Amino acid sequence: MSDHKAFSATGNQMIAEAIRQIDPDVMAAYPITPQTTIVENYAKYVANGKVHTEFVTVESEHSALSACIGASAAGARVATATASQGLALMWEELHIAAGMRTPIVMANANRALSAPISIHGDHSDVMGARDTGWIILFAETAQEAYDNTVISFRIAEDKRVLLPVMTTLDGFITSHAMERCEMEEDQTVKDFVGEYTPLYPLLDTDNPVGHGMFANGTSYMKYRSVLRKVNHGALPIIEEYGKAWAEITGRPYELIDAWGVEDADYVVVVLGSAAGNVRHVARQMREEGVKIGVVRPRVYRPFPAEQLVNACKNAKAIAVMDRSDTVGGQYGPLAVDTMAALYEAGLSIPVKNYVFGLGGADVTNELILEVFSNFEKLEKGELDRDLAFLGV
Amino acid sequence: MSQLIEIRWHARAGQGAVTAAKLVADTALMQGAYIQAMPEYGPERTGAPLKAYTRVCDEPIEVHNTITNPDIVVVLDDTLLETVDVTEGLKDDGTLILNTELSVEEVRDLLGVPATTKVAVVDASGIAMDTIKRDIPNTPIVGALSQVTGVVPLDLVKERLINTFGKKFAQEVIDANLESVDRAYKEVSVA
Repeated sequence: MSDHKAFSATGNQMIAEAIRQIDPDVMAAYPITPQTTIVENYAKYVANGKVHTEFVTVESEHSALSACIGASAAGARVATATASQGLALMWEELHIAAGMRTPIVMANANRALSAPISIHGDHSDVMGARDTGWIILFAETAQEAYDNTVISFRIAEDKRVLLPVMTTLDGFITSHAMERCEMEEDQTVKDFVGEYTPLYPLLDTDNPVGHGMFANGTSYMKYRSVLRKVNHGALPIIEEYGKAWAEITGRPYELIDAWGVEDADYVVVVLGSAAGNVRHVARQMREEGVKIGVVRPRVYRPFPAEQLVNACKNAKAIAVMDRSDTVGGQYGPLAVDTMAALYEAGLSIPVKNYVFGLGGADVTNELILEVFSNFEKLEKGELDRDLAFLGV
Repeated sequence: MSQLIEIRWHARAGQGAVTAAKLVADTALMQGAYIQAMPEYGPERTGAPLKAYTRVCDEPIEVHNTITNPDIVVVLDDTLLETVDVTEGLKDDGTLILNTELSVEEVRDLLGVPATTKVAVVDASGIAMDTIKRDIPNTPIVGALSQVTGVVPLDLVKERLINTFGKKFAQEVIDANLESVDRAYKEVSVA
């Protein structure tokens, strides 16, 4: 167990610190709000000689991730960071990074997509990367953004995984708010992630290999089935490293943070910082005898379906709160995942899906109470099951 | 329930409200508290009205939204009173602290705050001009906040200021800031 002095920091500062402690070989990044201070802080570490990282300045996010993929294939330990339109501009490279099995770690400060332009937080950007093969983690706090980032390198570089990992935090809400944090010693982090030994480095000229090769029909399909298997198989490995890190830090790590579900009548499923808001109100409701549990997947890809079902199985009704929309689809991404998991487990618990907090719209206690107040009607089948926009 | 104290800051961009919001949070952290400090982000234009927030609690703070029912409201610029409803959502037994030359009675009349709300005034800009020689009322107002609410003790505010400013500013600037905090602590009037 660690015993460290608490200090104040933003989520972005904590991610920059985590990457500094790990000191990757290469970082190629392009600044975009609200990720900017990660890159800004890291550029200072580079300029001040605190790290040995080769910082590659690029003219766009497309180039940033391209440079990262090249560096990773060459055999380097690689990190980057982006947000919103930047992540969107990386779209084709996201698939290539996962398909080539490059263990890149990328921080994303979750932000809305244009149009209209909003610099504020929601999950529209990350959800666009949902099916690319990347492992995706959601932090609730600045502290967790730090812990997730450290763990990300172990997950990505594990020979059983070898996939890029996206370590995300909510734009402004977590990236820019100052919170009480703790940090492990540099050496502790370095020891935890260890030296990186690439499996098939392109620059090992004695053992020439090809990366990102051409593949036709059946071999392409075979390859993609491996990708699915490897991504899904990462779940116990993520848990393994999470628990190993928790032993060092004393800060718990679960694939799913399930609060109050043991005796809850109703459960809210939600990602990221908003889970704290929901728990805050749920605690107050407990004093009035209303028992609501809060389930927050800390890992979103691969989706921890079994753990989610276990956390939700005793609920009489479930609300899934999505911070992004699948326009034209029936429900938001988290709701679709949750419903599929429940269906597969043979559970027919009524689910109501809410889209909330788009473009940084404030997640007020009143809005959460609105979700809570609908539970009884939902349980009795008196509430329509259409996707609802909260607070509009 | 844990004791959660929520402070909302009203100012114009450039007056240092965000710095003050962080100073209070960092000082509370020195006492072992859990804290949050964040500005309300928007287009950044000097002089534009802005809000900032500080939360202080003896237990971990889970809520991450903006503060709509503050225990304490601090106003760094009284020209905002004409355009911004600074007391919106302020708890009836809450505290309102203003940088102004108006008296407590004048503020009460102007804003019509309930009798249960504590109102405090201090000429933080005047103090800043005397001591720091610039109209940056953010440090002195924290002295007033310390006196009126006790959220953070004066000696720790000053220790924190020395720690933060020590790296960036000359000794005379630090001394001027410390003096401004002391003066606001003494000169604030409450009713």
